[in-house]
Amino acid sequence: MKTVQEVLKGIRPEFDFTTSEDFIADGMLDSFDVITLISELDQNYGISIVGADILPENVRNLEAIEKLLHKYGIEP
Amino acid sequence: MNFSFSGKRIAGVLTVLPANERSFTDDMKDFDFPEEKSLKLKKVMGYDKHRIVTDETCVSDLAVHGFRHLFDRGLVKPDELDALVLVTQSPDYFMPATSNVIQGRLNLKHDMLCMDISQGCAGFIVGLMQAFMMLDQPSINKVALVNADVLSRKVCRKDKNSFPLIGDAACITIVEKTDDRQPIHANLKMDGTHHEVLIIPAGGFRMPSTPETAIVKDVGDNNYRAKDNLTMNGTAVFNFVQVEVPPMIESLLQQAALTVEQVDYFMFHQPNKFMLHKLADRMRVSRDRIPSNIVENFGNASGATIPTNITFNLAQPLLNGTLKLCMAGFGVGLTWASMVMAVGQLGFCEIIDY
Repeated sequence: MKTVQEVLKGIRPEFDFTTSEDFIADGMLDSFDVITLISELDQNYGISIVGADILPENVRNLEAIEKLLHKYGIEP
Repeated sequence: MNFSFSGKRIAGVLTVLPANERSFTDDMKDFDFPEEKSLKLKKVMGYDKHRIVTDETCVSDLAVHGFRHLFDRGLVKPDELDALVLVTQSPDYFMPATSNVIQGRLNLKHDMLCMDISQGCAGFIVGLMQAFMMLDQPSINKVALVNADVLSRKVCRKDKNSFPLIGDAACITIVEKTDDRQPIHANLKMDGTHHEVLIIPAGGFRMPSTPETAIVKDVGDNNYRAKDNLTMNGTAVFNFVQVEVPPMIESLLQQAALTVEQVDYFMFHQPNKFMLHKLADRMRVSRDRIPSNIVENFGNASGATIPTNITFNLAQPLLNGTLKLCMAGFGVGLTWASMVMAVGQLGFCEIIDY
């Protein structure tokens, strides 16, 4: 199973996701990256993140993504 | 807002698709986007190929072709049609109504009600509701509902938000009275405060088309479009659908006193596969009961996607039997609407090319 950072690296290998507090504002993830991220988190952790949770604030930084996964019983 | 009807049925459904097919691989060449990312987009969203008109084909061209197919084969008799309801957002003209144009080109009788409705993704449900209301009149026994759009002509090819998913089509659904009094339940909501999330900004009277509105500009996120083009705020539309559609379906089934298991198929509008899978998971309905293969095969032709979903996925079962279908459309307006009814023993249910 990949870590969240590894999933993010797979989508945008050119960025260091440990240095940003807001991936979207910093231009590291665009709207399609967010969809790809959710799809890959679903596959990686065997969950289905509900559509209403697919919000910029839930994928803004590593802490937000981990909090989102925690909601689905995942301890990344 | 809830609606209920009885004594009405769908008698047949025909889909007319432009013969011209474009592949996502062709589209990618016009995007300002790395190939690897485009391929990921293809996989996640379910983009593959789509049917779009090649020239100056208009809504009435597709519709007239479909009606002639039905008339020539004796599947519908022209004089039996008492009303023609066209749901479109890409009319042939601002005026007159394109339903009148279709009526005239087909030499249909004068004793007939023609009506255009400006609706998009929820247009099949809105059109059915209008047709059912017309059928309450003693003088109207059969209505032709036409859901047709050629919106690819308004989408910029460098817009990766909208171009890979857009499709053109016309669907003709014949609706008539029946002695069967099985209830048909429907609901509908609208929110015009968000009308700008799906819009063609220029070309109407608010912002007439000019050389300036035709200039394609970088609008960010590797997308390019002009004010004359269709604009979609994909994130806003996605969130609206995920928040509003599941409770709408729950409310509809409650109104109809049905459980999710008592519905055979959920025939939804087809924005993309990802969105439909998320809806299925949220509603706890197995993904095979919410077909999601229209965008990948034909593209999203607005109000024509639900009838195309029916002709592509359920033709044989609906020609030979009856199914309980829950249908839902959601999009421009914003509008979201759903309907649950028995559909079956159709006289025709097919797809033809234009």
